Amino acid sequence: MVNSKATSGSAALTGSNEFSRDRPLLEIKGVSKKFGDFTAVNNVDLDIYQGELFCLLGGSGCGKTTLLRMLAGFENPSSGQILIDGQDMSEVPPYKRPTNMMFQNYALFPHMTVEKNIAFGLEQDGLAKTEISEKVDNILKLVELQDYKKRRPQQLSGGQRQRVALARALVKEPKLLLLDEPLAALDKKLREQTQFELMNIQDKVGVTFVVVTHDQEEAMTLSTRIAVMDKGRFIQTGTPTEIYEYPNDRFVADFIGSANILDGEVVSNIEGKVEVTTYLGKFSFKNTSNIAKGSTLYVGLRPEKISISRATSKSKNIIGYIDDIGYFGNTSRYKVRLDNDQIIDVTAQNQKRPKDEKDRLTYEDKVNLSWDNSSAMLLLK
Amino acid sequence: MSSVKKEKKPSTDLRYYISLSADKLQSKWKTIVIFIPFAWLLLFFLTPFFIVAKISLAELVITSPPFSKMIEWVDGSVITIRLVFDNFIYIFDDPLYARTYLNSVKIALVSTFLALLIGYPIAYAIVRSKPVTKQLLLFAIILPFWTSFLLRVYAWMGLLADQGTINNILIYLGITETPIRLLYTEFAVYIGIVYTYLPFMILPLYANMEKLDSSLNEAAADLGSGPINTFFKITLPLSMPGIIAGSLLVFIPATGEYVIPDLLGGGNVQMIGRQLYNEFARNIDWPVASAVAIVLLLLLVLPMAIYQHYQAKAAEVK
Repeated sequence: MVNSKATSGSAALTGSNEFSRDRPLLEIKGVSKKFGDFTAVNNVDLDIYQGELFCLLGGSGCGKTTLLRMLAGFENPSSGQILIDGQDMSEVPPYKRPTNMMFQNYALFPHMTVEKNIAFGLEQDGLAKTEISEKVDNILKLVELQDYKKRRPQQLSGGQRQRVALARALVKEPKLLLLDEPLAALDKKLREQTQFELMNIQDKVGVTFVVVTHDQEEAMTLSTRIAVMDKGRFIQTGTPTEIYEYPNDRFVADFIGSANILDGEVVSNIEGKVEVTTYLGKFSFKNTSNIAKGSTLYVGLRPEKISISRATSKSKNIIGYIDDIGYFGNTSRYKVRLDNDQIIDVTAQNQKRPKDEKDRLTYEDKVNLSWDNSSAMLLLK
Repeated sequence: MSSVKKEKKPSTDLRYYISLSADKLQSKWKTIVIFIPFAWLLLFFLTPFFIVAKISLAELVITSPPFSKMIEWVDGSVITIRLVFDNFIYIFDDPLYARTYLNSVKIALVSTFLALLIGYPIAYAIVRSKPVTKQLLLFAIILPFWTSFLLRVYAWMGLLADQGTINNILIYLGITETPIRLLYTEFAVYIGIVYTYLPFMILPLYANMEKLDSSLNEAAADLGSGPINTFFKITLPLSMPGIIAGSLLVFIPATGEYVIPDLLGGGNVQMIGRQLYNEFARNIDWPVASAVAIVLLLLLVLPMAIYQHYQAKAAEVK
């Protein structure tokens, strides 16, 4: 790898953060994994490029961890091929792969100090003692644990253990760092803080990260790209914005953030313009794919893309009544009941402090809903 | 903090008094629960120990029981206390005893090591097997206890005898023409001890290894460590508590073992348990027998104390 933009940090740990789009660092080609009758990973294809922070996102049992374990070499694919830097990994045992993993439970060695834990991997490579201690010191500085060298894992807090686990995996300068639910064991506040730390560290060392997570917020903040997984398959792969704003599937729209999902029917498809009717009226989409007239699909509308206002006599948009309110301080979530008894979720920013009680929307208020037609999402079945 | 303190202040609140008496009741039960086993130990372990210690400080006399009294009234007015250390001096003077003690410790140590060598892979395999197989294998480990220990040792006599099963097979296969002497050798004693105490090695090892986090092995592999290196750097150090517990459970009873050296070793293998029996039953020298027992006890308490020290240190780290 040519380091075009070497960032600060120890010389050994610097790297390029530019994605080189020509050759993927990791190539997953038609990989499946079966456990008996159960298919955990089903014919998955994926390319990951140098410097990416890639998230595998999905609910429990979707196959994301199995896929990660196949990258580390703890499981062998039932079929398909995994290449790292162009090299086929099928016959390579975990201890010879250019990958390192940060385990969900951290898997720190309880009988070793922090220092020994981190040095373990380097000792396996047969490095000189002085070199090992130098690298250990550098990485401890990076994760800000210089003062905890001689402690044992049991004597550390959850956040500190997490950083030791990260340091232990990073110190070997792997081509690919695999992180299994790296933040799941931390409490909310620490998790948010650590998210940014993790991004900073990745930026500094330039190592390609593959993160497994079930937390969509975590995936959105951390990653350059996300693959949403369900039942062993990739449903959609893209940048966080693509995944959030242009989901192509009902599952993705529902799993990432929240969405009002409306049943729709295609009324016309002329020159790449698709018109769909729903109980909230007609929506039109630019779509080049061949969707037959009369076919059914879904239209998604995100709660924050809908404006809500007190209905006046002049209101000509959708009218409904407030059924329920969730007040979060900065935002409020309204459940609006329409005439046909359907419920629409609306999120509104509480931009102004209400002057008095009357100024605030409350239960059974008659409200007017409106949205920009371009915010609607066409979701295939 | 302050709110907690307020609650604890005596108040007119009835619930406070109820909780108070419940606390008292609980601490009373705690005392009772701890007291019962202690009373048991006091009665059935400490009392016999003091009796044996007392006899070991007496002199052999031809009376019934065959030892001199420690406390005596002289002329009905003076109390005399007689402590005789001759038995201990005798034990330390006669090289026979030193040799027998050393031989016992040697046989126990070698047996423990052999049991560890055989038991460790078995325990490891049980931990790694599927749940159903695991239950079956554990059951198989415990199964021998369902037959009398004595019967099983007799069975070994039948197997090892000159005209026994093993020799018959060897002769039939033409490996040897005359029977190989197996019974009444040190080899037979090793077989007997290792066979008998193997479950005591396997079970604590199993209990320890079962708790080991398998992701530690994966982490080691991930960091570039091959299977053999992972075993010596990760699995073995972490199973040390199990190794120590199992080794003590084999070493301690093996040192004082009487039945196995007597039945399988015959007169050729000197072990202290057998010596003790000889002093007691054949020579009817209760004081020397008691002194032998006391020295044996001290010999066994030592490794136990080391183990306790080790345990306390391990607990401190946690």
